[in-house]
Order: sequence, then C-alpha cells, then structure tokens
Amino acid sequence: MAVDTSTGATTLTGLDRLELAGKAGRRSAGARLWAGTWPKLVALALAVAIWQVVYWLQWRPPWVLPDPLTVGTELLRMAGDGQLWSALATTARRAVSGFALAILIGFTLGIAVARSRVLRAGIGSMITALQTMPSIAWFPLAIMLFQLTESAIMFVVVLGAAPSIANGVLAGVDYVPPLLLRAGRNMGARGLVLYRHVVAPASLPAIVAGLKQGWAFAWRSLMAGELLVIIAFRPALGTQLDQFRQLNDSVGLVATMIVILVLGIAVDALFGAADRAVRVRWGVAEPTR
Amino acid sequence: MTATIAAPADTGRPADQPAAVVLEQVSKVYGRGPAAVPALDGVSLRVAPGEFVCLVGASGCGKSTLLSLVAGLDEPTAGRIEVAGGGTPALMFQEPALFPWLTVAGNVGLPLRLHGVRRRERQSRVAELLRTVHLEEFGRRRPHELSGGMRQRVALARTLGMASPVLLMDEPFGALDAMTRDLLHDELERIWQERRLTVVFVTHNVREAARLGDRIVLLSSRPGRVVWEHAVAVPRPRRIDSLEVAGIAAQVTDRLRQEVRRHGR
Repeated sequence: MAVDTSTGATTLTGLDRLELAGKAGRRSAGARLWAGTWPKLVALALAVAIWQVVYWLQWRPPWVLPDPLTVGTELLRMAGDGQLWSALATTARRAVSGFALAILIGFTLGIAVARSRVLRAGIGSMITALQTMPSIAWFPLAIMLFQLTESAIMFVVVLGAAPSIANGVLAGVDYVPPLLLRAGRNMGARGLVLYRHVVAPASLPAIVAGLKQGWAFAWRSLMAGELLVIIAFRPALGTQLDQFRQLNDSVGLVATMIVILVLGIAVDALFGAADRAVRVRWGVAEPTR
Repeated sequence: MTATIAAPADTGRPADQPAAVVLEQVSKVYGRGPAAVPALDGVSLRVAPGEFVCLVGASGCGKSTLLSLVAGLDEPTAGRIEVAGGGTPALMFQEPALFPWLTVAGNVGLPLRLHGVRRRERQSRVAELLRTVHLEEFGRRRPHELSGGMRQRVALARTLGMASPVLLMDEPFGALDAMTRDLLHDELERIWQERRLTVVFVTHNVREAARLGDRIVLLSSRPGRVVWEHAVAVPRPRRIDSLEVAGIAAQVTDRLRQEVRRHGR
C-alpha cells in the first residue's frame, strides 16, 4: 500500500546490523577450559607447597602432621583397596538419598508456602530461622528419636538442606517479574499451565541457587552425622575419619579428608556450572570468553 | 453515578453499527473504603473494526488500567466491556516482556503452543511471523542478544501470533530511540493494514498519536474519563515530522495542557 515497505525494511535491517556489531566472538571450548583451570592448578600447587614447608619446619612431629608425598602415596594405596570404595559408596548413597528427600520436602514446602497466605504468615519466617540452626545441634535429638541408625543421619541431612531448597523455591516464585506473569496470562496461560510455562522457568535461577546452598548444608550435616552416628560394620567417610583418629593414623586421616574435600568441591562445581549455564542463557551473566 | 454527563461519549457513530471493542460506563476503583482510588470513571468508547484508536492522557489517566481491563487481566468495578468474537485481545507492553529462557522463536511460538498448535505448523507460522517483523535470521538468538528495537519487534510478532483481531498496545515504543520508533511506526501501520487489525494504542506522545491514529481519544486524569476526541483526517502514509501531523499534535497538546491545568488550581 501507501507505506514504502522495501526501503523501510532495509533501513531496519541496517539498524539491526549496526546495533549488533562489535559483539566479540567466543573462544574455543578448550581454550576456555584451560583459562578456567590453570589458576586453580597454581593455587593447588601453592597449597601443597605451604604444607610441605610447614612439614619441613617440623612445627608438629611427622606422625601427627604427615608430608604431602606420604599422604599422596596412602591415597593411591587406598584407591586400590576396597575399604575406601565401600566407605565412599555408603556416603554417596546417603548423600544422594538424603538430598533427594530434602528436594522433595523442600519443593513441597516452598510451593505450599508460596501459594498459601496462611502458611506464609505462619511458617514463612520459620524456614529461614530453621536454616540458622547448626545441623550438628540436631544430632542429640535425632539420636534420641531414631537411635544410632541411618534414619538419624537422614533426619539431620534433610533438616539441614530442605529449608535452603524451600527458600530457593519461595524466592523464585515470589520474584517472578509481574510483567512476565501478565504476558503469560494474556496468552491464555492460567493455573498449572502458567506454572509450567512461566513461573517454573522464571524461578529456575533462584531454585538452582537454593539447591546449591542446600547441597552444601546436606554435605556438612552428613559428615557431622557420620562422625557421631557410627553404625557397626558399615564403613563411611565420616566414620573412617573417627577411626583413623582413634588409631592415631594421621596419614589415613588426612587422606580421607582430602577425599571428602574433593567430593564436596566436585559436586559444588557441578551446581556452580548449572547456575552459570542458567544465567548465561538468560543474559544475566557474560559467558566466559 | 449521575456525573456521566461529564463524559461526551458520543463518537458520531450510531450505537447499532458493528464495533470491535465496546466500553460502556466502565469504572475501576482500586482498594476499598476511604482509601479507595478511582482509576477510571464511567469511560465509554466504541472502536470500529479495523480502526486505529490512540488513547492519550497525562499521568494517572488510567490508560494502562483501561488496557488491562480490555485484555481481561483485571475486572472492572462497574460497567461493561465487550470484545467482538469474545476472545482475549492481544496485549503488548512498553517493555518487550520476552521470556529470557526461550529463544526468539520459542517466544514467538509460545502463544501458538499454548493454543495447541502442533510443532510442524508452529515452526512455519513462527517463521512467517518473524518474516513479518524482518527478523527471520534471528529465531535462534536469545532475547538478550538483540537490541531494544529488535526485542520489541519480537514482542510484536509474539502478540500477532495470538491471532487476535484486536491488538492492544501500551506505549509499545516509549522506550525506543526516535529513529527506531519512526521505522516501527511504518512497520506497525503496514501490519495493521495487511492484517486488517483493530488497534487500541496507548501513548503519552501526542505526535505518535497523530502519526498513527484514525482517531485520538483524550482521557482526563484522576479519575480517567473520555474528555475529548479528534478524528485524524490526514491521509496515509503520514510522516511524524509532517506539518499536518504536527498541527494535530499541537491541538492535542493544547487540550491536554488544559486538562492538566484543571489539577493545578
């Protein structure tokens, strides 16, 4: 019709090109991985070097504070020995099932509180209060309730992790931008459909953050639990720590600690990567170049 | 409600002619009791099928409230709203309101998906919608990778995907630079003509209203009422910087200032 469409479209395309110009490309996956890894390797080497120096200075006798090489050799030996693996399996099983249960309870609680005004007024602030309770303080009660069983450990792991997860869900649902809700409703999304297509994806960053924090609490609670609740003939990482201390085996003790540390870091890094991936997709964080 | 004489609702059209959107004595009050705030007071408006109506007004005239009511996102306190065909009119906001977790194509396709359009058909319709706004190359990008004007065009494509004959626009170009805005006026005019849409366009920019509208409706502030109307007789295509458009804009501005002065006394 009367509007000259072709020149208008070309002008628009021209503007688009101008506005998008100057956005630099990304480096290859390998280069990015290396850029993220080498500083960590240097930090690790530095930590080991300090440890070695402290050892050389003989601040503590060698049977209390072993040197890195001895501990490394012990780690290798443990890796070839079944005991570490069975301990690891028990701990991992507890971590996975405890965390899964915490996710189930945390999500249920978070969604319930987000949806109901009465529940929010009643227990909304209690969820945060629950988080401030150090998980180890729950153990005496847990042991009274469940004796020295796995249930006592699960109880505390769930109590430690579920509030963080519930808070993450709650924050996610609360901070869905009202504009996006209006847009979704205008498209005809109501009730569960609105949750599926707008509320849930919009809450994802907060939920991932809640899961990450929940995992940190779960892992700490689990280690505390395995130190306190020792079940006979069931080796676990925390239990192993206590046994090595009783045997004055500092080499085994430090080696086990390293296993615990590495496991914790690895899972945390997984959550961190998930968190980052979500934020990059959303355009909240710049991708690593 | 006896004060309805204040609203000269006569649009010069007989009431029995078909209308795409009808508002009859629509009022909206927020809150209750002494703290109640009237946002709209007895607004009556008829929009003919295929008409482009621009609503202008100063702050607090309830322009956005009006659109929310027509879009069915909110209920009027009193009065009647009718949309021909009975469907939900598509609403476009000042911000693009794109979902950051979806690609451009995913955003445009969401209304189709919610209405049960199958994947195959959805893909071809999304492609066609993106072509309409000249963004066919950008379907796989994320909203944050685009410029403001491009995002608003994605939002326009998504709104068009709702296939509603009535398009409600709440200051859609208010946050864009002048050049982009002028180009988008051309685009919107073209799409409106091609698709024979009925558009209710809210803006505080009187030139924009004179550039786009078949009719300009002025709303008073606190509470909002229809106080003045003007049929824009300038033939299309119009330019926002043409003398005719500027002349009409000046008239609207004068009338708008007069309205605002009422609150200064």
